[in-house]
Amino acid sequence: MNKNSNIYQIVYAAVMVLLVGMALAFVYMALKPKQDVNIANDKRSQILSALHIVAPSEEQIPATYDKYVTRDLLIDREGNIIDSTENVAFEVEMSKNIKLSDDNRQYPVLECTMDDGSKKYVIPIYGAGLWGPIWGYVAVNADGRTIYGADFSHASETPGLGARITEESFQQQFVDKNMFVDNDFKSVSVMKKGQKPTNGSEYVDAISGATITSRGVSTMMENCLAAYEPFFKKLQDSSL
Amino acid sequence: MLSKKNKEVLLNPLSKDNPVLVQILGICSTLAVTVSMEPAVVMGIAVIAVLAFSNVIISLIRSTIPTSIRIIVQLVVVAALVIIVQQFLMAYNYEVSKQLSVFIGLIITNCILMGRLEAFALNNRPWPSFLDGIGNGLGYTIILVIVAFFRELLGSGTVFGFQVIPQWCYDHGYENNGLMILPPMALITVACIIWVHRARNTELQEN
Repeated sequence: MNKNSNIYQIVYAAVMVLLVGMALAFVYMALKPKQDVNIANDKRSQILSALHIVAPSEEQIPATYDKYVTRDLLIDREGNIIDSTENVAFEVEMSKNIKLSDDNRQYPVLECTMDDGSKKYVIPIYGAGLWGPIWGYVAVNADGRTIYGADFSHASETPGLGARITEESFQQQFVDKNMFVDNDFKSVSVMKKGQKPTNGSEYVDAISGATITSRGVSTMMENCLAAYEPFFKKLQDSSL
Repeated sequence: MLSKKNKEVLLNPLSKDNPVLVQILGICSTLAVTVSMEPAVVMGIAVIAVLAFSNVIISLIRSTIPTSIRIIVQLVVVAALVIIVQQFLMAYNYEVSKQLSVFIGLIITNCILMGRLEAFALNNRPWPSFLDGIGNGLGYTIILVIVAFFRELLGSGTVFGFQVIPQWCYDHGYENNGLMILPPMALITVACIIWVHRARNTELQEN
């Protein structure tokens, strides 16, 4: 057979792509259920990590999550609770949710009860890094002002540079930072060493060599958390 | 199993025919993933696996591939393999797949893969092709690890994330060299390694 004839090439390419496509589709479908479980567990462990909790083993992540996260809330822009059915906040897909207009968006909050009985409120945040999306979870103390813990993840930031937002040492800086100056929400800024934010907010050190990712975290915090200001104020007056 | 010729195929890429130092392939990923040791090692393992298997597959079907679309065939095989590896990792080892995510794209575009498929797998039987893949992957990994070692040690004072430079050095005014974690220093580090390597292997020096 003439291997360089047009028909041979076209048939060869078509058959090859068909076979490879079928193989990939099969692998994807076969592994999808297992992957979905992993992805949901990963989300749970990120939320737990914002609360400084590590599940004892991978299998126990769902149980540990259910133990600490006691209530799922959706709030409106005035800070009122509009929905508190089971898993309603957990199932909000932030990547889609963030694109909607402010009025159509959902504002999920996870109410958590710690071992000592204190309440923490975990808020999912979502933004852009240098190469792709970054997201995270911020746990706010019941005083509605200070951050209890934060956890950040990313899709494709540069390893060793922007990807370091997932490291403990970076996330630990946010602990106990106050998001309010007097009675105004100012968020917490991420600043290059030696610089200070102009709006007087509290700040943490950026990652050297990862200016854009650091700035992305700063913007993400401010954009996503600002909508929760009325909710925070309600927490402060403990009128929730 | 390992005739003299096959041994050469496996061992030559480690030094005399090293893909990074001598063939100057795969430089881009060498710059990107060598800020610290861990991603460098993970990347190395992933490249070894994909390189070995794509070499075998291309070698098996080499007599059927039409010459004018061989690059496309190679790309499809490499991309499919990488995606399958990624899917399996996501299902069975999610933690590693999270670390690997960004490297996956880099593996598909790694010039070593295309280089070896073109230069070796298309003209050789599956077993030598497999050894060639392992050898070149190892040669690449060695350089990655050496570069990452120096960059992480001098740039962050750690190796594999463990603090190596003691605290009293910092107390006496030692500072981590921030320049080491920026991409240009990877290029300079690779150049230094090539320099040392050429100085020791005079037959490789060009006139």
